[in-house]
Amino acid sequence: MIATRDAYGKVLAELGRENERVVVLDADLSGSTKTGVFAKEFPERFFNAGIAEGNMIGMAAGLAAGGMIPFASTFAVFAAGRAFEQIRQSAAYPKLGVKIVATHAGITVGEDGGSHQAIEDLAIMRALPNMTVLCPADGPETTAAIRAAAAHPGPVYVRLGRSKVPVVFPNGCDFAIGRGATLCEGTDLTFITTGLMSAQALTAAAILAEGGISARVVHLGSIKPLDVELVLKAARETGAIVTAEEHSVIGGLGSAVCETLAEGQPVPVERVGLRDVFGQSGTADDLLAHYGLTPAYLVEAAERVLQRK
Amino acid sequence: MLTEQTVRDLEQTARQLRMEILKMLNTARSGHTGGSLSATDILAVLYFHKMRHDPSNPSWAERDRFVLSKGHAAPALYATLAEAGYFPREELKTLRRIGSHLQGHPDMNKTPGVDVCTGSLGQGLSQSVGLALSARLAGRSSRVYALLGDGEVQEGQVWEAAMAAAHYRLDNLCAIVDHNGLQIDGEVAKVMNVAPLGPKFLAFNWHVLEVDGHDVQAICQALHDADKTQGQPTMIVARTVKGKGVPFFEHKASYHGVPPSDDELSRALDHLGHA
Repeated sequence: MIATRDAYGKVLAELGRENERVVVLDADLSGSTKTGVFAKEFPERFFNAGIAEGNMIGMAAGLAAGGMIPFASTFAVFAAGRAFEQIRQSAAYPKLGVKIVATHAGITVGEDGGSHQAIEDLAIMRALPNMTVLCPADGPETTAAIRAAAAHPGPVYVRLGRSKVPVVFPNGCDFAIGRGATLCEGTDLTFITTGLMSAQALTAAAILAEGGISARVVHLGSIKPLDVELVLKAARETGAIVTAEEHSVIGGLGSAVCETLAEGQPVPVERVGLRDVFGQSGTADDLLAHYGLTPAYLVEAAERVLQRK
Repeated sequence: MLTEQTVRDLEQTARQLRMEILKMLNTARSGHTGGSLSATDILAVLYFHKMRHDPSNPSWAERDRFVLSKGHAAPALYATLAEAGYFPREELKTLRRIGSHLQGHPDMNKTPGVDVCTGSLGQGLSQSVGLALSARLAGRSSRVYALLGDGEVQEGQVWEAAMAAAHYRLDNLCAIVDHNGLQIDGEVAKVMNVAPLGPKFLAFNWHVLEVDGHDVQAICQALHDADKTQGQPTMIVARTVKGKGVPFFEHKASYHGVPPSDDELSRALDHLGHA
């Protein structure tokens, strides 16, 4: 178990050693977002914007326009929310290589409560032209995704979490923007998942296997661009889809998958995610259970979708 | 000090720019007249006297950067860039047309010589802070100039950026407020008073200068003072007249976002041509 933000802090410092054009910005949360690791090693290339997220994104855009590779971090709710218009106008519209790495996304923020739990950030970022949206499953994939973001010329939004999550990918795994990964094969249905829900889906698939149901698990670490081929293949070959994300069912992975299927391969779909509600305070585990984001609920969703096949 | 000849040349260039701005806006049938005319003398001094730039090599790394934070004054910037030779003057006629290099607001990916995208007010100073930091990190001697509107400073982000510029002691950054006193809905002082501007930036640890924004000699002197300032960004509060140069547009908020009609254009060109 490792938190994706911890993997981020580590790889950011590595990138700093490899490329002196890598600079990092934060908005007074460097201890939480783990950009503090980079700040300690490269103080001259770290810029704390203070509690001013809009200005942080604008500064990052200026740094990108000046030839740097800026990573800007804060909590997802402040990045995609508070700084939305700066991301739109100063990064996405000019296609500047600003890397927005937003931590503490989703309900697993936990005790801080609904005000601090971004459940709409994927929807917001996905709607922006030029924007690449990534949501890695675990520590190793985060490391690879951050490297891919650094190498990508345009703006990128990377969604990371606060809590420790199970490891799904091997250390040193590769990551390609726009490409998904089949985590386990199956023939009766496919779980298409992102972020920490991919590990949950693997557990659900194991439970279903005990009952003789063969579930495939496809993880999409790249929400935009989406691996359309992999999604259509899953629909063609298994005929039923369950999407799962630690995000609202509106506008995120579930929506992206449904849009793809409606146009290319209509099959029954069940979407698992927050049902158009904000979160609340509680432990991460209690909240996942309360909002139906556990293997047990994924199994129920699988049974529902199989009945509609 | 500028020679009398240089002053006359810059004034003549500014007159020329004003005529191009009016023609371009009249052809486009939409766009921002008042705030383009109030900023013209500042642009003339920057591009034809002060800034290090090379129209034949717009991506020259060592060039000074200009950020038109009040992006709606794009016609003034386009006229300036065309006059400097970044693109043919002929293209000015395509302003705001579909497929044109000249968008309603500046677009770095479409127009040679434009360094950032602006237009959503309040964002340019933050971008300028980033540009100034990148110059420092890369060891470039280039300076960054940002032009803001006085209504624009109502945006909170301007003050976030003002804090950051002083915090990082960006003496390679010089901002100018085109203080014409008017915004779309009327007088800045009545819509949401921003005065006193100088003392506000002074309190934010900026080096502050106040000048007549239509006096090329004074603008030039202020820009030179900014060069010499160490450890602090400089803010030049330039007192200007909205619609400057065309008597029947001057001091009128109603011409903020309205282009000159055919009749107004012909009278304005007449006036400028004989001025």
